Amino acid sequence: MKALLIRDLRLAIRAGGGFGLGLAFFLIVTVLVPFGVGPQSALLSEIAPGILWLGALLACLLSLDRILALDWEDGTLDLLACAPLPMEAAVSIKALAHWLTTGLPLVIAAPLFALLLNLPSAGYVPLVLSLLLGTPALSVIGTFGAALTVGIKRGGLLLSLLVLPLYLPTLIYGAEAARRGAQGVEASTPLFMLAGITFGVIALLPFASAAVLRVNIR
Amino acid sequence: MSLWEYANPVKFMALSGRILPWAAWLSGICLVIGLVWGFFYTPDDFRQGSTVKIIYLHVPSALMAINVWMMMLVTSLVWIIRRHHVSALAAKAAAPIGVAMTLIALVTGAIWGQPMWGTWWAWDPRLTSFLILFLFYLGYIALWAAIEDNDTAADLTSILCLVGSVFAILSRYAVNFWNQGLHQGASLSLDTEKNVADVFYQPLLFCIAGFVLLFVALVLLRTRTEIRARRTSALLARERMG
Repeated sequence: MKALLIRDLRLAIRAGGGFGLGLAFFLIVTVLVPFGVGPQSALLSEIAPGILWLGALLACLLSLDRILALDWEDGTLDLLACAPLPMEAAVSIKALAHWLTTGLPLVIAAPLFALLLNLPSAGYVPLVLSLLLGTPALSVIGTFGAALTVGIKRGGLLLSLLVLPLYLPTLIYGAEAARRGAQGVEASTPLFMLAGITFGVIALLPFASAAVLRVNIR
Repeated sequence: MSLWEYANPVKFMALSGRILPWAAWLSGICLVIGLVWGFFYTPDDFRQGSTVKIIYLHVPSALMAINVWMMMLVTSLVWIIRRHHVSALAAKAAAPIGVAMTLIALVTGAIWGQPMWGTWWAWDPRLTSFLILFLFYLGYIALWAAIEDNDTAADLTSILCLVGSVFAILSRYAVNFWNQGLHQGASLSLDTEKNVADVFYQPLLFCIAGFVLLFVALVLLRTRTEIRARRTSALLARERMG
């Protein structure tokens, strides 16, 4: 398991792995928003939590097809299927590697980008907390989507069509927590719901992802 | 004699061939009675005027939009557990009907909402949930269309349907949390006293029965088509071999 995790992380970090691509995308979204809605700082600070959450979600979405597609093409997945490691564990490791290379950098960078959008100072802690709790769910759900579409050529668009509705509950609670935090209201309820979704998804969805992957490899 | 015998395509074809005309005709009769009665022989509502009559299309289609997904969930489970091809094909056949029902519910709702709420669309929990349901249907249909191998497609869409159902319910409650509602509450529950008045209720029951039968007829027809298409491709493959 550890070997697989280290291999995935190395592949992602080295050239052509797409590490930092999500981060750059997140930055560009954040920079483009003021051009789209105007530079009034009051308006920007009001929509900042939602924009940051949307940006993080889209950045995650962008990198999903990298989770499994390359391994599918060069036959690594077939080897994994024959390995003693259960498919559920392999899928979970893939999701974890995706989160470490995409989700975690987004969480760390989010306060910096929040500065650009003039987020009220009360909102920083809830924003980072909600992203920290929510982005693992995005990676796990995304891995399920990637497993569904791995056998389809040019399945990227289909992948987003399938995954976006599944992202909805996470987005709702995450953005709500960040928004309440920015307004200085108690944000624990949406945070608890978000944590519930994340842990539930981590516990259950790898079984579905593994089942789907077995069908695709068959 | 058990229900599972109809998983045999030949038996299914024989039975569905007998049911299909009955369902189709009964559906037509129910819809004509319900719609004519509802549109021409019920009074106008004292506040909503004649716009209330869109209920005869809106409520049955909304009801069916959810129930079609439930039916797809059940048939997907049957496919995963017992691997009867007819079941998977029925789920595939039902999805476009479900999407049509969702669309009818959304469009009739918008037409009614414009004069009543003063807006075509509001981010109300019920409306939003239906839009999400619509997206789930689209994803499901797209996945069926994208995969060439029939059994792989059936497996993947079945699992998507199961996972999607869980997330659809999650979204339903998340959306409730996210915004307060504009849509009126349930008015047809069997267990509450305060329902829609009897004059509107009776034709509505005919319309609902008509929509249910319409769905049964359409899904049987489409499943039969799918089975025949499968048989044709099998025959063609055999011909190429020989």
